Formats: sequence, C-alpha cells, structure tokens
Amino acid sequence: MKSPLAALFVREFAIARRIGGGGSMGVVFLLVLVTIVPFAIGPDLNLLRRIGPAILWIAALLAMLLGLDRLFQADFEDGSLDQLQLGATPLEFVVFVKCLAHWATTALPLVVAAPLFGVLMAQEAASMLGIGVSLLVGTPALTFIGAVGAAATVSLRRGGLLMALLVLPLCVPALIFGVSAATAASGGTIPFATPLAILAALTLASGALCPFAAAALLRRLGE
Amino acid sequence: MLRFANPSFVLRFAARAIPIFGALAALLLAVGLYLVFFVAPADYQQGETVRIMYIHVPAAWLGMFAYMVMASAALGTLVWRHPVADAAQKSAAPLGAMFTFVCLVTGSLWGKPMWGTYWVWDARLTSMLVLLLIYLALIALWNTIEEPQRAAKAAAVMTLVGLVNIPIIKFSVDWWNTLHQPASVFKTSGPAIYGSMLWPLLIMAVGATFLFLALHLMSIRNEILRRRLDRLTRLAASANDMPRTARFEAAQ
Repeated sequence: MKSPLAALFVREFAIARRIGGGGSMGVVFLLVLVTIVPFAIGPDLNLLRRIGPAILWIAALLAMLLGLDRLFQADFEDGSLDQLQLGATPLEFVVFVKCLAHWATTALPLVVAAPLFGVLMAQEAASMLGIGVSLLVGTPALTFIGAVGAAATVSLRRGGLLMALLVLPLCVPALIFGVSAATAASGGTIPFATPLAILAALTLASGALCPFAAAALLRRLGE
Repeated sequence: MLRFANPSFVLRFAARAIPIFGALAALLLAVGLYLVFFVAPADYQQGETVRIMYIHVPAAWLGMFAYMVMASAALGTLVWRHPVADAAQKSAAPLGAMFTFVCLVTGSLWGKPMWGTYWVWDARLTSMLVLLLIYLALIALWNTIEEPQRAAKAAAVMTLVGLVNIPIIKFSVDWWNTLHQPASVFKTSGPAIYGSMLWPLLIMAVGATFLFLALHLMSIRNEILRRRLDRLTRLAASANDMPRTARFEAAQ
C-alpha cells in the first residue's frame, strides 16, 4: 500500500514522462539560449568565461519558467485539483509533492545539462562543478517560488506571461546567490560555501513557506 | 474599524475626508515647496541639488507606505473578505507604483551630478526597482483576471509574498555597505539632519502622505462606484432578457 503522497509523486512523474517535452525541451531551450548569446556578444572566450555562469543561470531560470504555468493548470482544467482538495491529505503537502515531481522532471535535466553546456562558455572543470552544484541547490527555490505564481494564474487561459512577471522579481535573491556561488567556484575572493549556504537557506525557506501561499491561492481561486 | 467594511459608510467617509485631506496636502506641499526653494539652505557639498532630496525621500517613504497599506488591505481580503479591502488593495498599487517611480527618477537625476551616473546597481536602488516591478506585476494581475473577487484573492497572496522585499529595502543600506547613504532621519540616536533641512523634509513628507490618502480614497470610491455600476448594468441586462410576462410579474 502506497502512501497518497508517494502515489501522487508517481502519478505526476508518469504524466510528465508520457506527455514528454517538459524535461528534454527545457534542455534544448537551454542549448539554444547558450548558443545565441555568443552571436549577440561576440565569440570572445575571455568574456564568455567571465559571464558564463551568469548566462547559464539565467538560461536555466528562463527554461524553468517555460513549463511552470502547467504545474496546476492541467489538474485545474480536468477537475483533478478538486479531487486532490477533497482528499484527506492537506493541500500544502500536495503542492509540495507536485513541486518536487515538477523539479525532478524539468529542473533536474537542466542541472545535469547546464554544466556540460559550460564547455560552450569556455568554463573550466571547477567552474562547471560549481555551476552544477549551485543549480542543484538553487533550482528547488525557483520551483517553489514559481508554484506561487502558477497558482495565482491557474484560472487564466494565457497566464504564462503574467506568471513570469509575478515570479521573476521574487527570484532575484536566488539568482544573485546562485550566480555568486557559481562564479566563486572558479576562484575569487569569496569562498564557495558562503553563497551556497545562503542559497540552500533560500531553498529551504521557500520550500517551507511557498506551498502554504500556493495552497491558499488554489483553495480560494477554486471556490 | 468594522464600519469600514460597509461600502456606503466608506463612500460617506470619503465624501467628507477627501476635501480635508486634499486641502491639507495642497497646503503642506505649498508651504513645504516654499521652504525647500526659498528657506532651506543649499548643502555645502551637494549645492543646490540637495533640494531634489525633499521630493525624493518622501516619494521613497510613500512608495513603501503604499505597499504596507496594500498588504494590510490584502490581509483584510484574505481574513475578512471585505469588498472594500479588495478596492483598497487595487487602488494602492498604481499609487505606490507612481511614488516608487518618482523616487527612482528623482534619485537618478540627483545621481548624475553627484555620483557621476544615472544608475548604479546598488542594493537600495535595485531593491526599489524590484518594488516597482512587483507593483507593475500586481497591476497586470488585476488587469488580467476579470472576476474582481478572484483577482483580489490572487493579488492579496502575491502582495503578502512580495512583502519580503520591504525590509530588504529598509535595511539594505545597513546590511550592505553601498553607495546610497544610510538612514539619516529615523535613527535611535535622533535625526542626523540639521533642523533647517529636517523641517521642510518632514512637512513635505506629511503633505505627500495626505496626497496619497486623498488619492487613495478617491480611487477606492471610484472602484466601489464602478462595481455598483457593473452590478446595475448586469441586472438591467438580465431584466431585458426576461420574457414579457416574467418582467410584468417582477414589476408587480
């Protein structure tokens, strides 16, 4: 007998895998963004080495926004969300598990792919590792914050742009400390662990608080 | 306080308060501007540009004050579900955005001669810009969700989530040692501004607060009237749809 939350995770994972697109499309989007940047700023390897971590972080952030508006929308449209609300499991936990599943299907491929794309940005091994670790620690915060925006725009048919407007200003702290951790990995004055610890704190705090905000929105907007 | 949940009471209150607040704002801003331009001394370092501060600082305070008003109204929407709280929330967003914008523009105009640049990515400037972005996103949210109750609830939660930015703005100058000068008026050791500059600043700030209150009340009144008009239009439209006999019965 599976616990309801485990069952929900398996369901979300299966849906994401069967619909397809989500994870692999995000990785392709990341690759496209990384490819067009040198066209815009020129193929200067020294410059690319310096701004590479920032470019990869911004690209990962934008790639994560792509699928986020569907986080609750499909369930809202077909009524599954009402079923989930009626269940005995608190909606906050449901939101948390949906975020975890969404992160595992969309962000985890980005976390794996982004350091590899660092090659195109002339990154060294230490820096690639730093990008990977900082994304691994930081992307859950983006998913949790994004869940609030996704819940706020759940009833809108074309809420994607509005969601980006709502979510991006709130992602600024995670972006700042994520990029500063990623750049600190390849040397510099600040040690790698300091921004990474703050980034981890942001992830833990948003994981603890954002499901409540998102669940409150889903309950009130579903009325 | 509970009386403010009644839209009719709010309309009556607004009718009496708006002229008073408006007159106070006009008087205080006129006196304040006179003091700023003719009485307050030029700064020994900044010269005449210091006069920009008398607009810049009140605008910054009110940009944040409007957010606090909006957040309190958001709490009213979520906890008590007051329709007036919805209107107060909706009305505060464009006003807050305006004051924040004025703060950013005046700061930037002051920055060019003083810092040598219109913009630096300093902690306080950046967090103020994020505040403007949050205001704009909330306005977009209000404009996108058609049903007012739904929009109010969505905006309320987003407002409370965005509230984390306010302490960041307030303390950014203390936490990070940046280009923007630290707080000089509200300090535990008393204001670090000389009286001849402090008084015009406080008068301008109180005047700007009354301006905000008057504009906010006017906007709330418009929102209440707009909703009433909307409801009456709908009622009239549905009355026209009724068959003639039903309309006759309804009229009886």
